Amino acid sequence: MGIFSIFSKEKKEKLNEGLEKTKSSLFSKISKALVGKTTVDDDFLDELEEILVTSDVGIHTTLKIIERLQQRVAIDKYIGHSELNALLKQEIEQLLNEHQNNHLATFENLQGKKPYVMMVVGVNGVGKTTTIGKLANQFKQAGKSVVLGAGDTFRAAAVAQLKIWGERNGVHVVEHGMNTDPAAVSYDAVKYANEHNADVVIIDTAGRLHNRVDLMNELSKIKRVMSKVIPDAPHEVLLVLDASTGQNAFEQAKQFTAATEVNALALTKLDGTAKGGVVIGIADQFKVPVKYIGVGEGIDDLQLFDRKEFVDSLFN
Amino acid sequence: MFESLSNKLEKAFKTLKGQGKITEINVAETVKEIRKALIDADVNYKIAKTFTDTVKEKALGQNVLTAVSPGQLLTKIVNDELTLLLGGQAVELNTKGSPAIILMAGLQGSGKTTHSAKLANYIKKKGKTVMMAACDVYRPAAIQQLHVLGEQIGVPVYSEEGNNNPVSIATNAVKEAQQKGASVLIIDTAGRLSVDAEMMEEIGNIKKAIQPQEILFVVDSMTGQDAVNTAKAFNDVLDFTGVILTKLDGDTRGGAALSIKTVVEKPIKFVGMGEKMEALDPFHPDRMAQRILGMGDIVSLVERAQQVFDEEEAARVQKKLLKDQFTFEDFYTQIQQIKKMGNLKDLMGMIPGVGKAVKDLDISDDAFKGIEAIINSMTPKERNNPDIISGSRRKRIADGSGTDIQQVNQLLKQFEEMRKMMKSFGKMQGASMRGFPGMPKMPGMR
Repeated sequence: MGIFSIFSKEKKEKLNEGLEKTKSSLFSKISKALVGKTTVDDDFLDELEEILVTSDVGIHTTLKIIERLQQRVAIDKYIGHSELNALLKQEIEQLLNEHQNNHLATFENLQGKKPYVMMVVGVNGVGKTTTIGKLANQFKQAGKSVVLGAGDTFRAAAVAQLKIWGERNGVHVVEHGMNTDPAAVSYDAVKYANEHNADVVIIDTAGRLHNRVDLMNELSKIKRVMSKVIPDAPHEVLLVLDASTGQNAFEQAKQFTAATEVNALALTKLDGTAKGGVVIGIADQFKVPVKYIGVGEGIDDLQLFDRKEFVDSLFN
Repeated sequence: MFESLSNKLEKAFKTLKGQGKITEINVAETVKEIRKALIDADVNYKIAKTFTDTVKEKALGQNVLTAVSPGQLLTKIVNDELTLLLGGQAVELNTKGSPAIILMAGLQGSGKTTHSAKLANYIKKKGKTVMMAACDVYRPAAIQQLHVLGEQIGVPVYSEEGNNNPVSIATNAVKEAQQKGASVLIIDTAGRLSVDAEMMEEIGNIKKAIQPQEILFVVDSMTGQDAVNTAKAFNDVLDFTGVILTKLDGDTRGGAALSIKTVVEKPIKFVGMGEKMEALDPFHPDRMAQRILGMGDIVSLVERAQQVFDEEEAARVQKKLLKDQFTFEDFYTQIQQIKKMGNLKDLMGMIPGVGKAVKDLDISDDAFKGIEAIINSMTPKERNNPDIISGSRRKRIADGSGTDIQQVNQLLKQFEEMRKMMKSFGKMQGASMRGFPGMPKMPGMR
């Protein structure tokens, strides 16, 4: 157990570090807004609205949080600095809890699937290939054998990029080269993983904007062919979102879910943005849970998303 | 693009329709709607506030013009203010110098490598010799990616295997470009977070070492509220000269564009509108503002067409049209040129009034696939003399193209009609050109 607690402490430090920007901007602002105030007045609520909106929480979720806070304040009366922080923390935690499924996923538990088939989707430049490289590393560390499928056959040198990640992690990459049929590569990768008794197979796909109907159809097809090898595959359709994306993230989640039944989200580049707030908005508006977050550029800087830890890091 | 925003503004203006003059009361609701739409479009909160305050002030100040309705007046005010906010007049790229050095900088995944190549292609098309340098030594296969793109567009790429120092690669690339006599050198760099002090220092050092004419900040148009902070951080270190706004072919409302210029006071010079190498357009604030208001962008469309269409080829086709010698061979070439212009849906979206109509429509680049297959299944003789295509030939063509005879017949019929139409159109165009000397040049209609 000792090793694990050390690991989780390190992990937490990394999370704190990664969110430093969000924290200092989001919550130092709230504290500042509270200075010298003994009551929650309209001015403060206006300011809170601005703070949340400028953190990409989104206008709907912002209004929801404020409304709830108003109710609480009406019931609980006097509010001081620390009490308000605590209230806000509770509200955000609750928002995060409402739509997320409750069991915490781990890299060890593959829900009895072998191979556990993952398909990674998203718009251009969100960090799909990098996330796959980091995921492969995490699964390897958890003692799992991993196979990668080079399904991005479109972007120049995407296959080469994935192969480098394969080499770094010492995992096999199934590829057909560039400009080949991505569905065929995916089929072969799942088949290879199945035949070689691999624990996890992760399929990369080309970045595509969610308003391109033809490309979204292609994605549905890629998903379909996998189920020809393993009937219930893919087990995890992971949508990768860039944390610095604004309100368009919601549209992306909607369209990709329509095309591929996305059942997990990864939020990347959380270390670079002051707007970790998008996690709150997304958790509120979608039934799909945030499963992974990227908090740095190192190969180990991908974490399973822990709501409680996340909120704690925001407020501590 | 910006469709959702113009939809919302349209809705906001609706509350004004049919009202005689602008008052504090009837404008308040609309202004609130505009502000909400802007914030929802990722426009920076403060900027949206200032913007709507200005709009409101102006609207109240100059009310009661009998000639226009309040809605029209407010549309004009919003349009003018939006244009102003987007950056006034279009700003050209500075390519003076030998070589003129263009440094690309931005966050990870914003599209620097792709847009280095698009920009190289754009400059090359203007008749300059271009070179690119691969200075992203961090992301796996980034250098290879630039090489592949360079090959596609026929632009040489300078890189150094084993050299992990982007400053020295950039410096050496400049020397190489001087030696080879390239007139423009584009430096691709690694993506970096604005909060990463070490990496920001590195790009600052690259700038110091090579003294670029242009430093372009490449930014994803889907960026949220943080766009202003990131742009500011990059500008503090680099004092960049312009912005490239990427991935505008998505359905993002692109509020980032509205904010960046206001905060850093640097012009947006280009927009990326698709995955093809030609999908790079100069940024025109006035057109963009009109686009936001749902007025389409016909001018950009025409310009892009002019760039893609080979002038000689156009003249040749024109001649053939007039002489009624247009063949399937020519038709096929035309299809290829249209395809080069980019995604069909994007193109149609630029036509005023069409943007909204095609929003939910499924138009793929495969639209031409059936036609291409049929033409490909013809013999060269058939392509050049469509008249000889008899019943048995039609059957063979249908089998060969995986279509059926009805489809082949339909294409032949359409082709014949098109030929007739173009013939008369060509003649008419020739006449009208003489009649109206001020008319703009259209591709293939000179």
